[in-house]
Amino acid sequence: MSSTYVATPEVDAGKTPPAGSDRSRAEGRLAAKLVAPAVIVMLVVTAFPILRALWLSFYSYSLTAPDDREFVGLSNYITALTDSLFWRDIGVTVLYMLVTVAIELVIGFIFAMVMHRVIFARGVIRTSILIPYGIITVVSGFAWQFAFTYQNGFVNGWLPFIDEQFNWFGDTTPAVIAIMVSEIWKTTPFMSLLLLAGLAQVSEDMIEAAKVDGATWWQRLWKVILPNMRAAIMVAVLFRALDAYRIFDNIYVMTAGAVGTESISFLTYRQTIEQFQLGMGSALAVLLFLSVLLVAFLIVKLFRVDLAQARGE
Amino acid sequence: MSRTSARPARRARARRRVALAAAAVLGGTLLAACSEEGKPVLTWYINPDGVEVLDVIAERCSTDRYDIETELLPTGATDQRIQLARRLAAEDDTTDLMNLDPVFVPEFANAGWLEEMPDDVVTEDTLDGIAETVRWDDRIYAIPLWANTQVLWYRKSLAKEAGLDMSRPVTWDQVIDAASSVPGATVGVQANKYEAYVVWINALVQGAGGEIISDAEAGKDASVDIDSEAGRAAAAVIEKLAKSRAAQSDLSVSNEGTSLPAMFAGPGEFMTNWTFVYKNYAPSPENGITEEQYEDLGWARYPRTVPDMESRPPVGGIDVGVGAFSKHRDFAVEAAQCITDTDSQVALAVDAGLMPATATAYEAPELAEAYPPDLLELFRESVDSGGPRPKSAYYATISSAIQSVWHSPDSVDESTPKESADFLAEVLEGKALL
Repeated sequence: MSSTYVATPEVDAGKTPPAGSDRSRAEGRLAAKLVAPAVIVMLVVTAFPILRALWLSFYSYSLTAPDDREFVGLSNYITALTDSLFWRDIGVTVLYMLVTVAIELVIGFIFAMVMHRVIFARGVIRTSILIPYGIITVVSGFAWQFAFTYQNGFVNGWLPFIDEQFNWFGDTTPAVIAIMVSEIWKTTPFMSLLLLAGLAQVSEDMIEAAKVDGATWWQRLWKVILPNMRAAIMVAVLFRALDAYRIFDNIYVMTAGAVGTESISFLTYRQTIEQFQLGMGSALAVLLFLSVLLVAFLIVKLFRVDLAQARGE
Repeated sequence: MSRTSARPARRARARRRVALAAAAVLGGTLLAACSEEGKPVLTWYINPDGVEVLDVIAERCSTDRYDIETELLPTGATDQRIQLARRLAAEDDTTDLMNLDPVFVPEFANAGWLEEMPDDVVTEDTLDGIAETVRWDDRIYAIPLWANTQVLWYRKSLAKEAGLDMSRPVTWDQVIDAASSVPGATVGVQANKYEAYVVWINALVQGAGGEIISDAEAGKDASVDIDSEAGRAAAAVIEKLAKSRAAQSDLSVSNEGTSLPAMFAGPGEFMTNWTFVYKNYAPSPENGITEEQYEDLGWARYPRTVPDMESRPPVGGIDVGVGAFSKHRDFAVEAAQCITDTDSQVALAVDAGLMPATATAYEAPELAEAYPPDLLELFRESVDSGGPRPKSAYYATISSAIQSVWHSPDSVDESTPKESADFLAEVLEGKALL
């Protein structure tokens, strides 16, 4: 280690450089210059749209009636938050998120174990498991829509307890199930990839030691493997939960939001893109943004994982 | 030393050569794009109906000063509207000409996305129902290209068996009762949760002398009128059909195509549908329809909602608009007039079953050859006395609000008009989500 590295940790740790040190000030200026382009890009691509949506959300504004635009304050938020449609869509969205993430966690872990332990045809097996994730969501949505339609789909034929003429998209419950199946099929590989990375970090020595101590496979799983994967599981659940909360493509393709399958993202899309109601659409987008933050916060709290520790800091 | 310094020099020369070659290729491509010494190319966004005929029209209407190229829009009307709106909202200067569903014209014109047209593009010759669709705020913003309308299609043998006299105007009540009286006979309509369901509801309400909204040009402050005697008469028709044995099994998801096969299955059906039906049933090996069956196909004016009032058949079709941000607006206006001329309208009617918007085109000998005279007269009369949907900058909102309360058809009863009026008023005021 050279002497240069001795001086920098103070800056890295965020401590105030000693006053009067020309070198510290110069380093500070350099750091600011180096970071500035990234900050500007972030502001342009992230902060500007968010602030613009926030600003638009205070207006009653239809794209096709620009002259009717008027400032309505928090009226759009009050309308959204007091409307049963908003809460129904939030409920449906949370249902999508909870069910798909729970099922994906279990199947994804099984896949991760298979990919981790497989000793023959490793490449083929890993590729087979990951294929669905390589398919574009819209394409998989169409594929599953065709699979579930009673005219030419195979699902009714494969399920002996289902009538051949059963219309999966005719009622809320079966339509939600069909959308969930498509979502789970598509994104379980992503979950298993993240869990595989976590699994690879669990020390084989620990597992071996537990085995020597007489721990059964089940005990090794619950007492050694899973606790040591907590950070990886949290990251996998967090990523997938946020993704599932913003579910849109499968609904768009499979039901277009009909029969009560609409998510909060879809409601926002309809208001903004189909109805051209930029004010209400922006208010819904802001509420969507805030609820995503809330979901992320709750998951981090639930797993009680120190993210800094998870990053190895 | 010489070897190490020579390498960067060689690399630099190689890079220069690659850059020059790339510039030459790019320059050549750009020159090729400005074909025929910078002759402008007008882009005409077309909906996927009669595409082959429209391509021929685009070629015919290209001149020494500009070329017209067609670009296909998506199949669904909603998707077409969204794609055009996205381009126009972004002030796209390559959206020169566009095919517009009549209900888009007020929305787009109010948003400032359409170039105003000369007054003489709509004349006495233009049929009333479609002429009304291109006006907004006392100005003209598009030119009718074709005018669609709905008539009552039926099996002559079915009407005879049911004892329904089709030589006189019929009501929805009579049609539903007639179909119910013959086992297996049905009434085909468009009742999926989509725009065509609003077309049906609008025609029923207007047929009873009412309107969904009035003073539509007031936008959000329009008067919501669907909670009326006319609204209740419309609801009664839908309720009666949904609860009768004449309702088709897929009534709640039915569209223009789903009711077609029922015409020649079993005893047949009465069906309200657009003009394309006549060409669609023309006997061919593909559709398996025989000459005898085709002879049995009948047509009549759209059914009345109430016995003592003439029906108001739905008016559809396509209007051609010019983008307000087009780089070549003058050329585009000129091209739009050529695109919508009598020759184009006749070609579309004969080759694609898309009926003309002007009286002159209806009189063309080619049409008389292609269609029976009484059917031609029925189409023309239906367009002329047809009822347009509400002309409003908030049409999409109005349409969706109506759909969400009136769907599904078997939920419609006498309370539906009031419920939909309250909901529509709240949505227009921004007090309810849609």
